[in-house]
Amino acid sequence: MAVAVLLLLAVSLIATSWGAAGIPASAVARILLGQGEYPATWQTILFQIRIPRIILGGIVGMTLAVAGAVYQAIFRNPLADPYLLGVSSGASFGAALAIYFVWRFSWGGLNAVSLAAFGGAMLATAAIYSLGRVGGKAPITTLILAGVAMGALLSSATTFFMFTAREAFHTINLLGWLMGSLALADWARIKTIAPYVAIAFGVIAYYSHILNVLQLDEEQAMALGVEVERVKLLIIASASLATAAAVSVSGVIGFVGIIIPHMVRLIWGSDYRFLLPMSAILGGLCLILADGLIRLLFAPRELPIGVVTAFLGAPFFLYLLRRYKKEVFYF
Amino acid sequence: MVLLEVKDVHFSYDGKPVLKGVSLQVSGGEILGLIGPNGAGKSTLIKLIAGILAPQEGAIEILGRPIKSWRRQDLAKVVALVPQGAYIPPTFTVWESVLLGRTPYLRFPGIASKKDIEAVQRAMEWAEVGHLQDKFVGELSGGERQRVILARALAQEPKVLLLDEPTAHLDIHHQVSTLRLIQGLARAEGLAVLAVLHDLNLASSFSDRIALLVEGRVLAQGSPEEVIVADRLHRAYGSGILVMSRPDNSTRPIVLPDLRIS
Repeated sequence: MAVAVLLLLAVSLIATSWGAAGIPASAVARILLGQGEYPATWQTILFQIRIPRIILGGIVGMTLAVAGAVYQAIFRNPLADPYLLGVSSGASFGAALAIYFVWRFSWGGLNAVSLAAFGGAMLATAAIYSLGRVGGKAPITTLILAGVAMGALLSSATTFFMFTAREAFHTINLLGWLMGSLALADWARIKTIAPYVAIAFGVIAYYSHILNVLQLDEEQAMALGVEVERVKLLIIASASLATAAAVSVSGVIGFVGIIIPHMVRLIWGSDYRFLLPMSAILGGLCLILADGLIRLLFAPRELPIGVVTAFLGAPFFLYLLRRYKKEVFYF
Repeated sequence: MVLLEVKDVHFSYDGKPVLKGVSLQVSGGEILGLIGPNGAGKSTLIKLIAGILAPQEGAIEILGRPIKSWRRQDLAKVVALVPQGAYIPPTFTVWESVLLGRTPYLRFPGIASKKDIEAVQRAMEWAEVGHLQDKFVGELSGGERQRVILARALAQEPKVLLLDEPTAHLDIHHQVSTLRLIQGLARAEGLAVLAVLHDLNLASSFSDRIALLVEGRVLAQGSPEEVIVADRLHRAYGSGILVMSRPDNSTRPIVLPDLRIS
């Protein structure tokens, strides 16, 4: 794990020299160390654009990977991802409303699209959880099905807004948002979402051993002394809160949340006391690297980050799947 | 000393009665075998005692205290369950699986203390899975897996051990060795054991007392000789069962299919 942390730091540093403005790596290193005389614009680009973008990428990647791991344990389902309970469809719907009706309010450095996305994500998750409850319990199959139905409803509404937008650029804006990007990163956004993510990570870390227990069935977990319904609600709420915060500033980034936990599981096994921190590190690494490559290879054009994570990540994952050949998940 | 007492317990699923007034007691050091036809309510009774379900009427007392007054976490330090066909993810190692038994004792962040490690090691020795500790559950045979789940239950350091079909899918050698082990533990550690056993011969051979559960009621309760008698078994399971004395001088009866009845 120490190696992974070092790798994360190294990639973050290297990624600071990637971008549209050609700042040589040596200059970046000296600016970071506070040495040498360089144009003020370079400093601005570095401290106000690139570094926030890398930090935000790290936070978003960590959040998605951890939330995905959490959902996979709670729902005992290898296909579970952070968007299983409506976070993405709710956020997309919120963003679509904000773009379609050209809402202009803002708060804490977040524009109307981000705020509407956050609200939509939380509302959709809350609605799915309460609709999925049966007699004081929230059985996982009912929750998943309620999530699928609610997701379909909200997606159809989002698509409707996309096709009926008055201005073409509204449609393009929405499409770009739906595919996810870190292009809008700045310090204000980081400060606004960081507390939500930190609180959620705290709760999830506290229950990391319980997440091992929840990978058994719920009756076994109860017999081992776990208050299953209470813990499930707390953990789902935390993971959804963190994901909603991340999605509100980055849009819907796929792949990281479902694949990173599986990579860790394939190589190191399913002990969540290890799997969670490792997934966080690799999730952050994955997004920073993917976003860095976008800036390195395509600048000044922006590309949805999900394109890169999936294009490079999927073959790597398939390689791992063949290499380790463990039967990982018959949950 | 009576560690587990079930008093006139009623339970129904969605208005359909499953248990209709069940009473029984299990003392420390004793194995009570629970037998009865499919659907008699045996697994339901086990789940009630493990605190997974709550009875609608009647009371269950663990160490003399009503089960309702136990916090779930504290209950898991006293009552351990070996469920029927329990699932463990195949990517867990044996050590990790047995450590799950320490869940009610672990503090944040789930790192095992010296006491936890000792309890896990002791449990693995008892259940004879110590040599497997670094193997993945997915690599084990059915008998080994069953013993891992037993080790997990023992790592809880319980006073009351509930076993739902602990010998299902085991060959005769492993059936006998598993039940011998449980018998030894009950005697040595003063455990109260309640075991659902489908195999009447195993129930007769290893139980101190037997309760025969039929349609949600205890039809008979007592020593194997008192309960394993032809007319009671015929009432519970229908005719077609032959009760015989055994060739090894034990008074515990044995049961065979009666081939004269077609």
